[in-house]
Amino acid sequence: MTRLIKYIVLDILKNKIILVYTLILSALAWSVFSLEDNSTKGVLTLLNVILLTVPLVSVIFSTIYLYNSSEFIELLLSQPINRSKIWKSLFFGLVISLLLSFLIGVGLPLLIYAPGDVGLMMLMVGLFISTIFISIAFLSAMITRDKAKGIGIAIMLWLFFALLFDGIVLFLLFQLADYPIEKMMVGITALNPIDLARILILLHLDVSAMMGYTGAIFKDFFGNTLGISIVFTVLTLWVAIPFLISLVKFKYKDL
Amino acid sequence: MIEINELHKKFGKLNVLNNVNLKFNSGECIALIGPNGCGKTTLIKSILGMVIPTKGTVKVKGELVLKNYHYRKHIGYMPQIGRYPDNMTIGQIIEMIKNIRKSDTELDEELLEKYVLKNMFEKAMRTLSGGTTQKVSATLAFLFNPDILILDEPTAGLDPLASEILKEKIIAEKQKGKLILITSHLLSELDDLITHIVFMQDGTVKLHKTISDLKQSTGEEKISKAISKILKNNVNDPIN
Amino acid sequence: MHRFKHTAVLFILLFQMQAKQLLVGKGKPFISIKHAVEQSVSGDSIIVFEGIYKEGNIVIDKSIKLFGKNYPLIDGEKKYEVFSIKAPYVSIDGFKVYRSGYATLNDIGGIKIYDTHHVTISNNVLDDNFFGIYVQFSKYCLIKNNKLTAYGEEEQKIGNGIHCWKSDSLQITGNYINGHRDGIYFEFVTNSVIWRNISLNNVRYGLHFMFSHNDSYISNVFKNNGAGVAVMFTHKVKMFHNIFEENWGDAAYGLLLKEISDSYIIGNKFRKNTSGIYMEGTNRIKVEKNEFKSNGWGMKIQASCMDNEITKNNFIGNTFDISTNGSLVLNTFNYNYWDKYEGYDLNKDNIGDVPFHPLSIFSIIVEKNPPAMLLFRSFMITLLDKSEKIMPSLTPENFIDNHPLMHSLKI
Repeated sequence: MTRLIKYIVLDILKNKIILVYTLILSALAWSVFSLEDNSTKGVLTLLNVILLTVPLVSVIFSTIYLYNSSEFIELLLSQPINRSKIWKSLFFGLVISLLLSFLIGVGLPLLIYAPGDVGLMMLMVGLFISTIFISIAFLSAMITRDKAKGIGIAIMLWLFFALLFDGIVLFLLFQLADYPIEKMMVGITALNPIDLARILILLHLDVSAMMGYTGAIFKDFFGNTLGISIVFTVLTLWVAIPFLISLVKFKYKDL
Repeated sequence: MIEINELHKKFGKLNVLNNVNLKFNSGECIALIGPNGCGKTTLIKSILGMVIPTKGTVKVKGELVLKNYHYRKHIGYMPQIGRYPDNMTIGQIIEMIKNIRKSDTELDEELLEKYVLKNMFEKAMRTLSGGTTQKVSATLAFLFNPDILILDEPTAGLDPLASEILKEKIIAEKQKGKLILITSHLLSELDDLITHIVFMQDGTVKLHKTISDLKQSTGEEKISKAISKILKNNVNDPIN
Repeated sequence: MHRFKHTAVLFILLFQMQAKQLLVGKGKPFISIKHAVEQSVSGDSIIVFEGIYKEGNIVIDKSIKLFGKNYPLIDGEKKYEVFSIKAPYVSIDGFKVYRSGYATLNDIGGIKIYDTHHVTISNNVLDDNFFGIYVQFSKYCLIKNNKLTAYGEEEQKIGNGIHCWKSDSLQITGNYINGHRDGIYFEFVTNSVIWRNISLNNVRYGLHFMFSHNDSYISNVFKNNGAGVAVMFTHKVKMFHNIFEENWGDAAYGLLLKEISDSYIIGNKFRKNTSGIYMEGTNRIKVEKNEFKSNGWGMKIQASCMDNEITKNNFIGNTFDISTNGSLVLNTFNYNYWDKYEGYDLNKDNIGDVPFHPLSIFSIIVEKNPPAMLLFRSFMITLLDKSEKIMPSLTPENFIDNHPLMHSLKI
């Protein structure tokens, strides 16, 4: 399997889109840090990149790659190799390549300009978000055979997690304003990996504001070791569950 | 070597394969023919394990195909349209498949040499013409000396010269006692290769005969004419 | 001229010869401080040498000066008030005042000054006392360079560090206060100065300040106190060059202003507080040349505030620069630097050509619905904020800085 992953990674890394993605990320990161005089602002801009661009590129690129690989998958399937090995190799191939892009594009400047807690947390979160949206891409590629539909689903999922979900949460907040919903809200955020990632960073970036009334509840939950480990467990589940569903589907799929 | 028993496959409501029973032995060269959408490709994919049957079994060399993949080391497959990862080179593809197969048998590099692919080992797949890609596919199918060869429209897209090389290769392998399964719609091309013919229509096998039987029963020398004659006579009867 | 100098020296020598020095300690004329105080007359000095003294309550009712050598430890054994000063012109310097008594009815202090004037408390170490230094009904007292430490965990079980009540013309200078209920407590104290103190880790307020008019507090540091600093029901206070830092919590404020008028807040630094300044019923205040950095909220200005001028401040890296609970704007903002300002400066006069709206729509949402904080920095909120900046609909239109600075001020 490692050999197969190696060839897939080599293939993806030569892909122009990946090169452009890496270049854009690093251009953004370097310019953001060298233009702003305080690194916090740079970190903030990068946060938006991590919460928007990274998932979008991860999910769309992976979906397209999977659809374009359908004949390649057939070729592999005609060889004496386990189906799940093929699917896993593709997954790890994509994960390794996209994480590498992210590390080079964002990780390097981040570690240079904002070393320490916030930088490290952003790096971790970025890596998780990339992987989660690759996993989601695998799921959407298994939902339909049609490439256009599959990409559509991928974009919709991204839109949902990046934008619509928060809209719904805001709506709920105002509808249920009279009830003590803070704790429930902590649970609801677990349903959106982007929100989870954002709050993790928020707790480091906006410590002072987070010590306020509701902030304190989040801080209580997310701030201690148990909370952090729960959050990372949930993020790991966000990687595992969509991919495992897609893996089961792939095992019984007609190609 | 290949045994297909009561094979059914439904895609939704569509019956793509309907009670297919076939048996292929070594040394045979079978032409699998039929109109578009008759179920040829689905049948091949069932043998390769890409399509999971609704009902029925496929056995290759006595092994059940379902949930198994080891048997595929006996099969060389050449797809109708080969598409490979854009940025892999010919060399890498071959290297990768070698790796997967972990084959310790001697490699059959005859096609590799005849198609002069070795000079192009460093070329990325996306830069290749359709014909060259097909050459790569053909090379890969024969490379590991498999006992069974499944060729899906092998000559489509190949230039006449390359096509001729492939045909010679097929004949040579047949004589080594291998089982060769070819789908094609250009019958005349296959006349001098095949020993058996399977004709499919609407997911059922309409005809499975040796060439000599076919010629005798119809009195025609050309296979295509023989088949059309049979079809005209017995449209509704199963011929097996 | 020369002769005059000589007579002056002679005069001082004479005066000193008249005033006795009483020595207390092992192998010294006196073993007990109390005994020395009994034997002294006004104008005498008592010098206490190193050692542990357990003498219960020491009452000083004469104008004498007590000096400790190498911090003699005066133990209150958790039962007694250590020093009670009931005469003017008393000085206590260089003692270690330890473990005063604890009472719920009367406020026992390590050192307590009763109804007098011109008392100096300097260079003492006060450790584990109920109240540290307690001043009541007194004038012209100097509390200088003392170090007060207590280990309070609950508000009810600990007193204040430097507690001043109904007094006038006090100077509280250079003290270090850690772990009391309120670091410095002022109630009905007028015309006084609080200068260069450090007040940390107190259970409630670093400085608690009420009904104390015409006072100034200057160059103090208030850090990590349970509820920050509260200044209430007072007029004419001057608050200069203080540092308010890391006061965290929902009801914690760098500086809480309640019913304050005609005062000045100039040159202070507010850093990493949940709220830098919280204002309620505050009128005619000048907030100038302060730095608000990395706070949750730079300033929370309640609708009950009027005619305050907020000029030439730096707002840097705050989650929210300003928030308010009303729509009426009766305060003015001018010439501040806002790091969130995205306008331009075509004529290069360092003043942005487009006005700045310091109130973000999200701060209003959070004000109404605190759990919405959860959505902060989400893409949707960013969009909302940006569109509101372009076309204000929910934020008050005149909540505006017409002359935002392009670069931060040097403060």
